[in-house]
Order: sequence, then C-alpha cells, then structure tokens
Amino acid sequence: MRLIAENLCGERGGRRVFSDIGFSLGAGEALVVTGANGAGKSTLLRVLAGLLPAASGRAIVEGGGEDFPTVASAAHYLGHLNAMKPVLSVAENLAFWRSFSGADAPIETALEAVGLCGIAHLPYGYLSTGQKRRAAIARLLVSRRPAWLLDEPTAGLDAESARQLSSLMVRHREEGGMIIAATHLPLGLERALELTMGGEDA
Amino acid sequence: MRALFLRELRLAARAGGGALTGVLFFLAVVATIPFALGPDLNMLARIGPAVLWIGALLASLLGLDRLFQADREDGSLDVLVLSSDRHMLALTVFVKCLAHWTASVLPLVLAAPVLGLVLNMEPVAIGATALTLLVGTPAIAFIGATGASVAVSLPRGGLLVSVLVLPLAIPVLIFGVSASYAAVNEPDPFLPPFLILAALTMFLAVIGPAAAALALRYSTD
Repeated sequence: MRLIAENLCGERGGRRVFSDIGFSLGAGEALVVTGANGAGKSTLLRVLAGLLPAASGRAIVEGGGEDFPTVASAAHYLGHLNAMKPVLSVAENLAFWRSFSGADAPIETALEAVGLCGIAHLPYGYLSTGQKRRAAIARLLVSRRPAWLLDEPTAGLDAESARQLSSLMVRHREEGGMIIAATHLPLGLERALELTMGGEDA
Repeated sequence: MRALFLRELRLAARAGGGALTGVLFFLAVVATIPFALGPDLNMLARIGPAVLWIGALLASLLGLDRLFQADREDGSLDVLVLSSDRHMLALTVFVKCLAHWTASVLPLVLAAPVLGLVLNMEPVAIGATALTLLVGTPAIAFIGATGASVAVSLPRGGLLVSVLVLPLAIPVLIFGVSASYAAVNEPDPFLPPFLILAALTMFLAVIGPAAAALALRYSTD
C-alpha cells in the first residue's frame, strides 16, 4: 500500500502555514519532516491524520484494502501528548488501547521493546517524562498499523531510549511499515526522504 | 467498546469523588429546601417529586464538562477520534455517556429514595420519582455530552456546559415531574408522561451522541 499526499495546504487560525506539499510513501519508506519552530510540522501531521481539515489537497491511502481505507485507520498518531491516563497503570493503559483498536498483541512484548517491563504495574502518572514517552511508544506496538505518524517522538527520551526507538522504527520498516516523523533531532532513519518546511507564504 | 466502558468506570473510581460530589450536592439541595420552606409537612410532600428532580438535574450537571476535556488534555481524544473508522465516533460518545451515567448519575438515583424520606413523601411517590429518575436521567447525560463536546476546548467550560444543557433538559424535567405527580394524584394518568419520558431518553440517546461526535470532530485543533 502507498500513502499519498497531493498538493496539501494547511491552515492554522486562518493563516496558511504550508502549501502544495506532495509526496508518496511506499511500504518500508520513511519521511523525515524538519523545519524551524512554527514551520507547520505538527500541523502537517495532524492534517495527514485527518485531525485538521486540509485547506486544499488531500491525503489518501492506496491499496489499503478493507482494513485501512483511510489514512486515519491506517496510521498510529503519536502527538505531543501521550494519550495515557495518569491514574491507570501502564499495563492497563496499553491493554485499553489494544482492545479498543481490536488487536491482540501481547503487552509484555511491547513493554520489553521499550524497556519498561519492571514498572508495568505502576500508575502512569508516577513515571518520569522519558518513561511516559516510552509507554506511549509502546502503544504503537500493541496494535499493528502500517503507517506511523510521529510528532517529535524523541521528546524527553535519553540517548539510549532514542536508539531503542530508532531500532523499533527500523524493524517497523522492515515489516513493510511507513514512518512520517517530524523532528529536530536525527532519528537514525536511513534512506529516508526529507521534507524541509518553512519559509513559504501563500 | 466494553474496554472503553470499563476504562471510564475505572477512571471514575480511581480519580475518586465524582459520585460522592454529586450525591453530596444532591443532598445539600434537597436538605436545605425544608429549612427554607418551613415545617409544613404536607407542602413538602406535595413538592417532593419536583425538588428531587431539580436536585438530581443540577447534581447530574456536575462533572459533565470533564466528560471529554480530560481526554482532550492527555491526547486520548485525538486517538479516539482517529479510530472512528473502526468505532463510529457517535458510538464511542454513547458508551462514554453510559459510563458517565453509571458512575456519577446512578448513585443519585439510588440516593433519591432516601432523600424522599427527608421530604415526607409517600412510598408510592418515592417509588415513582425514583423510577422516573432512572428512566429520565440518561437523557440528561446524552444532552450533556453535546454540551460538553461544544465546550471541550474551553478551559473553563463548566458554566457554559450547564447553560447550554439546562434549557434542553427542561422537557425531560417536565415529563419526569408530571409522571411522578401522576402516580399520587388520582385522576392524572401515570403512563402517558412516563412513556413520553422514555421516548425522550431514547430519542436523545440517538441525537445527543451524534451531535456530540460532530462537534468533537471539529474541535481537534
């Protein structure tokens, strides 16, 4: 399957933040979105996911079949917020997202992959910033989606965890997944397409 | 969907105080009215159903503004909205309403008979009021979801939610109270207003979540 963006324009508060962005990602490909603060990286990801309406243009999934008819259904979206409840334990949070997305991947494997095995029983609110981010990354692993939309995925992660994340991303691509990541830091994605945003006014 | 229902119940239980706040507020409203009206037992018995309904209505408005706001603040709302291809968003809202009702409004319905005793109500009137509350309060939760979804992006939306929801909840109040009265006042029939109340709840169970889903879809920026 392919994820295709055609002439995407995005607006924030009536102001055009980017225009005419187009790309096409196939299985195993990655797109790294860079640019200054306020260049529209997060807006682009939200428009792609369908959380914000595109001012013009469209983002579609080709060949997704019945399981993944739209970008939203084919993608995991990891924004600035982690989508976890502080009063529930890490395992409970993940178990909820797993059953809500209709998957049955084991939670332990996901927690192991992000190195949180020992603290799955702790309330999510007790975790440190980096651990919270890692738990949120584990959410991407408990149910399979071909595309990952990651907004500053390494925010709050230490060097070791960032390496862990990049190996997870490599594995996701080897399994035929796609990654679109907005970032300021190098993510260790090889052979990735690059999109530099900013400086454009329409 | 069952996972969502259980999660919401667990959150309500862990966060603590949701149900108790409502019940205490309900108790406060109902308990102050006899002091204001004076020791006329007959009058208290006469206005009992109306007082219980007003108390329950106001108490069930508490906490409505957090229905979606908490999910928005931690980013869960984005993921819930994005899952709308798998779980229709209106259905997600419906399940959240049901969980909210079970966790914070059902305790009010259970407390109503006890508070009915405070108001010197007859057993039949107490039973009828509790029954109408049981049938009618879900409607308030469904209207409330619509209000909460409109105000979801406002940091202090609590008052706005109440102002939006109250006028829409008036028909529920009218038929709930008139059915409760009809149970004790002989010539009036109980069934017609009660059935209209049930119809209102079912109607709003469809309209409320659908409207809320629409509002949520456009609040994700």
